[in-house]
Amino acid sequence: MSKSSLKQTLKDLDTKKISIRELNQDYLKRIKEKDNLNVFIHFSEENVLKQIDNLEKDNSAKKLKGIPIAIKDLFCTKSMPTTAASKILENFNPTYESFVTQKLLDEGSIFVGKTNLDEFAMGSATNTSFFGNTINPLSKENEPLAPGGSSGGSAAAVAADLCLGATGTDTGGSIRQPASFCGVVGIKPTYGLCSRWGIAAFASSLDQAGIFSHNVEDASILLQSIAGFDQRDSTSAKVDIPNYFENLDDDLNGKTVGIPKEYSIDGTPLEISQIWEDAIKVLEKKGVKIKNISLPHTKYALPTYYIIAPAEASSNLARYDGVKYGFRSDEIDSLDEMYENTRAQGFGREVKRRILIGTYVLSAGYYDAYYLKAQKVRKLIADDFNKAFKECDFIVTPTAPSAAFPLNEKQNDPIKMYLNDVFTVPASLAGLPGISIPFGKDKNNLPLGIQILGKHFDEQQVFNAAVSLERSYE
Amino acid sequence: MNNLIKGEKYDWEMVIGLEIHAQVKSNSKLFSSSSTKFGSSPNSQVSLVDAAMPGMLPVINKYCVEQAVKTGVGLNAKINNYSVFDRKNYFYADLPQGYQISQYKYPIVGEGKVTIDFKDGTSKDIRIVRLHLEQDAGKSLHDQNPSKTYVDLNRSGVALMEIVSEPDIRTPDEAGMYISKIRSILMYLDTCDGNMQEGSLRADVNISVRKPGDEYGTRCEIKNLNSIKFIKQAINYEAKRQIEILESGGSIEQNTMLFNTSTGKTRPMRNKEEAHDYRYFPDPDLLPLEISKEEIEKIKSSIPELPDELKNKFIETYKLSNYDASVLTAEKQTSDYFNKTINSDPELKNHAKIVVNWITSELFSLLNKNNQDLNNSPVSPENLGQLIKLISTNEISGKIAKDVLEDMFSSGKTARQIVDEKGLQQVTDHGEIAKVIDEVIAENPKMVEQYLAGKDKLLGFFVGQAMKLTKGKANPKMLNDILKQKLNKKN
Repeated sequence: MSKSSLKQTLKDLDTKKISIRELNQDYLKRIKEKDNLNVFIHFSEENVLKQIDNLEKDNSAKKLKGIPIAIKDLFCTKSMPTTAASKILENFNPTYESFVTQKLLDEGSIFVGKTNLDEFAMGSATNTSFFGNTINPLSKENEPLAPGGSSGGSAAAVAADLCLGATGTDTGGSIRQPASFCGVVGIKPTYGLCSRWGIAAFASSLDQAGIFSHNVEDASILLQSIAGFDQRDSTSAKVDIPNYFENLDDDLNGKTVGIPKEYSIDGTPLEISQIWEDAIKVLEKKGVKIKNISLPHTKYALPTYYIIAPAEASSNLARYDGVKYGFRSDEIDSLDEMYENTRAQGFGREVKRRILIGTYVLSAGYYDAYYLKAQKVRKLIADDFNKAFKECDFIVTPTAPSAAFPLNEKQNDPIKMYLNDVFTVPASLAGLPGISIPFGKDKNNLPLGIQILGKHFDEQQVFNAAVSLERSYE
Repeated sequence: MNNLIKGEKYDWEMVIGLEIHAQVKSNSKLFSSSSTKFGSSPNSQVSLVDAAMPGMLPVINKYCVEQAVKTGVGLNAKINNYSVFDRKNYFYADLPQGYQISQYKYPIVGEGKVTIDFKDGTSKDIRIVRLHLEQDAGKSLHDQNPSKTYVDLNRSGVALMEIVSEPDIRTPDEAGMYISKIRSILMYLDTCDGNMQEGSLRADVNISVRKPGDEYGTRCEIKNLNSIKFIKQAINYEAKRQIEILESGGSIEQNTMLFNTSTGKTRPMRNKEEAHDYRYFPDPDLLPLEISKEEIEKIKSSIPELPDELKNKFIETYKLSNYDASVLTAEKQTSDYFNKTINSDPELKNHAKIVVNWITSELFSLLNKNNQDLNNSPVSPENLGQLIKLISTNEISGKIAKDVLEDMFSSGKTARQIVDEKGLQQVTDHGEIAKVIDEVIAENPKMVEQYLAGKDKLLGFFVGQAMKLTKGKANPKMLNDILKQKLNKKN
């Protein structure tokens, strides 16, 4: 499977080597062929053809004109339903377009469909969706693998070459971990770089939109398109967005990379330690100074995350009550019953589990012991990074503690599932930008990912380090 | 202590604290740009944010923040440079988000106080604990359909200021005076329209009773009262209920109560066990609210004269009593009217007390009788000033002036016009009055005899007769003096 890059395709379109229609028909064909992967919650060929028609009539120059993009079904879109992979929003058609998707539309991109995810982005295997599992395109026959999650549909869409890029959201690793599992590039930018307006909320203080792509260059092009200040999101940052792609520089000579000792965890497969070492060696060869750093509160990151994220989720998901929109149970004799049955029938197991955890940690008598303490630890974790970044320009770690696992593994063991986020969660809590790039394979020839973390709003450094590693790997 | 109420066995003292919910006067809602206009058709002022659609986010309305700061200054309160919006989580059909955005640990305004003035000239401070900003809920309409509840979200997200008092209030009257004073301050500041009927200002009342000198008793909270009359009724009923329980050996359950306005009774809505756990936590969609000292100073400098300042000014300038001055300043429209009236003629400044009386008793009673408001009074301040001038220069008597005012009220004519047309000028001619008195004395010889024999009370009879003959126009003082003189001469 030879995949054409976004960068190359833009050139081909520009030189009329290929038309928008030809390009997208190629992708439409593959989407239909790969129907068994269950990548999309919503796909309509008619809708794609209509977009092509409209673009053909449009003579203005647009940066991403005609580029097929897949959208995680957590972004509200006017032209397609938005479900958050939940029964509770099964037939929900937003009358508004999220900030991020509007930016992509303004640039002329074509939305090929809405991709599958864990229900309300809660999961690490895209197996909590009301619309069924997504299958990792790298699976061998009869051995279906999980694509990671929660943005597993988007990662799989890029991996199966069903689009030239896809949007995702990352709350604790939901872009980086599936990127690693599917062997694609996934970037979660700094918290606040992309507006959250129009993205169904999971955990507001952590949710951040980002990009999946075939390579780092493409990611740099696409991230620039979706970033920017939005006054409708009070946590959106007023920062200048550089031209990441134009500024890409793979010369890392003289830079310092931080290697956190706390990320060497007992039980991590040897292959993962191996690719981490390989990456460090590559960097060293490129004249990068290796600095061993310590992020002492790393071990508290996972429990902290699994208090804060469910707490916020328990409140964010209160609006799905059957009163105004979405699913409402038929079995109702009172207002209380309407809430109980609507939410009991409308939400899946994992979502309910997290609502319960979140409700518990915010309850009178437990708030101080759990939520308040978690907030304090979160601050310590952020301080760890701030200190570390005084000594290094970027940090390199593995992305996930394993390669893609079989589809139904860990299904009934939430703790094991939560451990998938062990390397990605600390940066989420600190609001830092992080990218996962494919770097090496395990013994089953499955891709493994390396994570690069940068300072707040220093996406450029993250891209530079990533492109440098990527080019040396190729 | 005269604030005690008698039970069957003991004397009891009420301990009352109020939580006032005042709708912020602003064109748009606290976190969205929808209109706040009252009385529009249902769900016509609802944005995506107000309806809590997926992915919608609140953005603070700076104007509402300024209004809260202004109000804080008016309540002599500490303005907090740093405050935080929290989520108060509970389910209700007219609460689309499933939580109300409010302020919990860090309110925008801290401790303050307001002063209430009593008729006897004394006054009392009621301490304010805090003022915080929060969203109003929508409205559930249960009476539109026999089997359904309808929800109107027009009010959903409108900014409220919750003003919490210390339990410093001891009587229903004090509670009424306190809420009137708060209302007055808000209206002077133009931060709330004060319209209790439309629900722009409503209160929850916390009340307990104790024997004087005891610790505070267990309190009950009466929810959502929207008139001063109901507040007083509810307090009276609830205090009696609690006293009866305590005197018969029972104890008070800490309940949330509802007041039934048609029966005048309170009934429990939920008890302590059923109380909600609101799971407050800082709203992650909003950054902490920071206001610089400069911004606070700027807002302070924009604040108009407030009732207490104005009251002191009136006391000093016009030598009015504390009570008169507080009545005048209770509502901005009254103090505005008074200012215009007294400044309409330089002479009136020496008769401020008369001006107060004519506004607060004569004009107010006419307005009340005709269900009208001072703002659109048919008698302008200038015309009332002219009338008072006619009294103070003895051109007409006070008694006739009342008739003239009624005439002015209904016809819209000026006092001068009416007095001239009807020839109501006071008779101040000594000879003319003496002539009338002579007539009265001559016609009532028996009465004169009795009077001279010591029946002093008859003086009033002679005054009345003489007034009758002059159609009430005789200057009363002159009439009195001449009458006494003439009668005493007979002696």
